Amino acid sequence: MTPSDDASATPTLTRKDFQSDQEVRWCPGCGDYSVLTAVQLLMPDLGVRPEELVFVSGIGCSSRFPYYMNTYGIHSIHGRAPAIATGVAMARPELSVWVITGDGDGLSIGGNHLIHALRRNVNLTILLFNNQIYGLTKGQYSPTSAIGKVTKSTPFGSVDQPFNPISVALGAEASFVARTHDMDRKHMQETFRRAHEHRGAAFVEIYQNCNVFNDGAFEQILAKDKRPEMLISLRHGEPVRFGPDGARGVVVNRFGELEVVDVADVGADRLLVHDEHRPDPTLAFALSRLADQPTTPTPVGVFRAVQRPVYEEQLTQQLVDAQARSGPGDLAALIESGSVWDVSD
Amino acid sequence: MTTQVPTTRTPESIDRVVIRFAGDSGDGMQLVGDRITDVSAVFGNDLATLPDFPAEIRAPAGTIAGVSSFQVHFADFDILTPGDVPNLLVAMNPAALRANLGDLSPGASIIANVDSFEDRNLAKAGYEANPLDDQSLAAYRVYPVPMTSLTLEAAKEVGAKSRDAERSKNFFALGLISWMYTRPVDPTVAWIETRFAAQPVVRDANLAAFKAGFHFGETAELFDHPFEVQPAQLRPGRYRNITGNLALAYGLIAASQRATLPIVYASYPITPASDILHELSKHKNFGVRTAQAEDEIAAAGMAVGAAFAGHLAVTATSGPGVDLKSEAMGLAISLELPLVLIDVQRGGPSTGLPTKTEQSDLLLAMFGRHGEAPLPVVAASSPSHCFDTAFEAVRLALRYRTPVILLSDGYLANSAEPWRLPDTAALPDISVPFATAPNHDGEFWPYLRDPDTLARPWAVPGTPGLMHRIGGLEKADGTGNVEYDPANHELMCRLRASKIAGIARDIPRLEVDDPSGDASLLVLGWGSTWGQIKAALREVRHAGHDVAHAHLMHLNPFPANLGEVLARYERVLVPEMNLGQLSRLVRAEFLVDTRSLNQVRGVPFRAAEIEAEILEMLL
Repeated sequence: MTPSDDASATPTLTRKDFQSDQEVRWCPGCGDYSVLTAVQLLMPDLGVRPEELVFVSGIGCSSRFPYYMNTYGIHSIHGRAPAIATGVAMARPELSVWVITGDGDGLSIGGNHLIHALRRNVNLTILLFNNQIYGLTKGQYSPTSAIGKVTKSTPFGSVDQPFNPISVALGAEASFVARTHDMDRKHMQETFRRAHEHRGAAFVEIYQNCNVFNDGAFEQILAKDKRPEMLISLRHGEPVRFGPDGARGVVVNRFGELEVVDVADVGADRLLVHDEHRPDPTLAFALSRLADQPTTPTPVGVFRAVQRPVYEEQLTQQLVDAQARSGPGDLAALIESGSVWDVSD
Repeated sequence: MTTQVPTTRTPESIDRVVIRFAGDSGDGMQLVGDRITDVSAVFGNDLATLPDFPAEIRAPAGTIAGVSSFQVHFADFDILTPGDVPNLLVAMNPAALRANLGDLSPGASIIANVDSFEDRNLAKAGYEANPLDDQSLAAYRVYPVPMTSLTLEAAKEVGAKSRDAERSKNFFALGLISWMYTRPVDPTVAWIETRFAAQPVVRDANLAAFKAGFHFGETAELFDHPFEVQPAQLRPGRYRNITGNLALAYGLIAASQRATLPIVYASYPITPASDILHELSKHKNFGVRTAQAEDEIAAAGMAVGAAFAGHLAVTATSGPGVDLKSEAMGLAISLELPLVLIDVQRGGPSTGLPTKTEQSDLLLAMFGRHGEAPLPVVAASSPSHCFDTAFEAVRLALRYRTPVILLSDGYLANSAEPWRLPDTAALPDISVPFATAPNHDGEFWPYLRDPDTLARPWAVPGTPGLMHRIGGLEKADGTGNVEYDPANHELMCRLRASKIAGIARDIPRLEVDDPSGDASLLVLGWGSTWGQIKAALREVRHAGHDVAHAHLMHLNPFPANLGEVLARYERVLVPEMNLGQLSRLVRAEFLVDTRSLNQVRGVPFRAAEIEAEILEMLL
C-alpha cells in the first residue's frame, strides 16, 4: 500500500502522503533538508493531490529532490528541467508542475531554458536552490559565487562576475519573483504558497547553505542575531523598512535609484511603499540590486507578482478556437485538401 | 482564355520530359515549378520533382551562388526519379545557364531569357563573351526569348509599374512552357486569381505575363511544334501531390488519430525541417500542440516532458539539431518513454550544406549518444513514403516505449510526387493502454516489463496511486528506484538492448525484388535512393541482366531475414549519399563484403550512375 492509497480513502492529506519511501541522501546538515521539509509540510495545505503534482529537476544536489516526493517526478538532464517541465505543462495544463533547480543547473548550463520558461510565463513553480557553489561535483565556483571566491577550480579566486538570480528573473520578464531562505520554514512556506497560487511562471530563489563546500555563505545575513538588521522583509502595500524598531528603510533617491537610509534622517513618509503588482519592473529590479552579495541588507519576500497571459492556457485556447472554427479534425478530409484527381480502371 | 487553346500545329507525342527552371533566388523559380507540377499532376501524368536552392535567401542577384532551380519530370508512365538530365533548361539569366549547363546532354534544349544576357549579368556569371552569340552552345538547341521585355510590354497594358511587371517574368516562362508541353492553363489562371486576389495589379500583371508567354509559343516561329505527354496509367485511386515534409506532418496526424493521443510537437527552426512545424501548427483542430522552442535542446526536452505527461511527443530537426538533442534522446532511452525524432538530413558536417540533401546521419542516428543507448531507426524512401514511415515510427515508439529516429532528407523533404491516398479508416489502431492500477503486490513498479515487448508501463500524471519518480540515473530492474549495483546495470543495459533488438519480430521481413530469381548481384539501399536504384534496375533489366534489389525501411533493428537475404547473393552493392555508412553496418553485422557506391554532392544520385556501377560489376 502506498501512502496515497491511504489518502484516497481519507479526505485530508498529511505530510506523509507526500513523502516517498526513498531514503534522503543529502549530506547531514545540508540546507536542502529544511526546504524538503517545508515543501512536504506545506503540500497538504495547498489542496492539490499527490497525483496532480509533477516535480521536474535537472542535475545537482537539489535536483535529487523529486525522488523524495510521493508525486510524479522526473530527475532529468543538467539544466533542462524548465524545458521538460514546459512539455509537461503544455500537454497537461491541469497539473501542478514544479521545477527544482540550483544555481549551477538553472543559471549556468540551463540559463537559456530558465529565462525562456519565465518569459513564456509557463505555469511552473520554480524553486532555485542557491548555495553559490557546485556541490555534487565537489566544490567548484558557480555563476552566483562572488568575485574572488576561492574554490577548487579557482585557487586564486574567481574572476567571473556573478549573476543576481532575482535580477535575471526580472530581466527575463518573470511575472512572479521571490526570495526566501532555508533558515525560516514559515517564510519559505508562505513564499512557496504564493508561488504555487500564482498563475504563470513563479520564480523563487532560496538561499541555501551547503555546509560541506560553502558553509556560511549567507551567515552574514542569516545568522539569527543578524537577521533583524540584514533582512529586508518585503510586504505588499507596506513601507520597505527593517532593522531593530524599524529604524532603517529604503527610499528612492534623486536619480531614481534605491538607497538604504536611517528612517530618522529622512522621515517615514519618504520610505518606498512596496507594490509587488506594479506593471513596470523597474523598482522590483532596483530592490534586487540593493544587496550585491548577501553581505549587506538584503530583501526577501515577493519582489514582483503580476498577472499576464499563461503560455499553456493560450495554447489550449488556440486549440479550442480552432475546433470551434473548423470542427474536430477529419483525417480523410485533411489528406484530400488541395488538388486531387482520380484514376479509374 | 479557354482550357484548350486551338493550336495551329499538331503536338508531337512524347512519353516523358524533364524540365529545369533556373534563375535568381528572387525570380520565383520554385513557384513556377510548383505550378507546373500541380497542373501536370491534375492532368494525370506521373511526376517527380527536384527543387534546388541556395541557403542564402537572396544571394547577390545575378551570381552563380544565387541560382535557384526546380526540376520537374513528368511522364505517361510511372516514373521513379526527377530525371537524371533535363531535356529542357529554362535559364532566366547567364548565371542560371552557367550553373546548370554541365547537367545537360548534347541535344538538350535551352530557353534563355535573352534580355538578361547583358554585360553586367554576363560578367557576374563569369562569362567573357555572350554564350548566346558565340558557338559555345552549338551542341544544344538554344531558343533566345526576350522574356523581360515581352513581360513588361504585356504588363504595362494592365497598369503594372515596371518593378511589379518585371517580377512577373516567371509567369511568362510558365506560360511558354505550358504551351510547349500542352499543359492545362485554366488551373494556373485560377491559381493566379486566387493567390493574388488582394493585389489586383500584381494579379493582372501575372495573368498578362502568363498569357503572353503562352501566345509567344503559339505565334513566334521559334518552335516547330508543341509536345504532349499523355496521362499515365497509375493504379486506380484518388491521388494528390505530396512532398516529404507534408507527408511527415500528415503521417504524424494520422498516427495521432489512430493512437488516440494528441500530438505535442516541439522544434526549433532549421532547414530543411521547418516546414513540418509550419504544417502542424495549422492543424490545431486535430488537438496538435506546437511549440517553437528556444533551442534544439529545449525542443527535445519539451518532447520528453510531453511524453511523460502521456501525449504523442515529436520533435524534428536536421543533423545539427540531432547533435544537440542527443542528451534528451539518451534520457528518453533511460526513461523508456515514447518519442519520435525526425531528422531531415542535409549535407554535413557542422552547418554543411543546409539546403542540399545527404544520407550522412545514419551512424549518428544509430550511435550518436553516450553509453549503451540503442533506439529504433526507420527511414523513408520517397516523398509519399514519409507518411507511412511517420506512422511506423509512432507505432514503434508507443508500443515499445522508446524514442525512435526517423530519417528523411532534404531531397525527400522538398520533392513532390503523386500520392495514392490511403484509406484512412483502414489504418491500424496503434493505441497503447496507460497503466491504471498497481502492478506488483499493491504497489506500482514503473520498470516492471511486458514479457513480450519488454516495454515498461506508461503511467501518466493524474493517475491516483501510480505516482513514481524516474530519471537519468540507472534504475533498479522492476522498481525503477535509483540503483548503482553493477549486476543491475549490466542487466538493465542488456534489457534495453533486448527490447530494441526484439522489434525485429514485429517488423516486416525484407522483400527482395528479384523477378527472375537468377540474380547474383543484390543492390541494397535505404532511404531516398529508392527511386534512383529502381530506375537504374529498369535499365539494366531491360538490357537483359538479372539484378536484385532490396530496400531497408528499418535500419535498427534490421529485418530479421536480412542476413539470410544477403547470403543468397554473391555480391552486394550499396549505393548511399554518404561515404559508406550502411555498408559499414552491414559489414559489421553480417561479415558481408559489400561494395559501396558513394556520393556526397548534395544532390540525389543519377540513375545512370547506379546503372553504370551495376553494369561494371556484371562485366
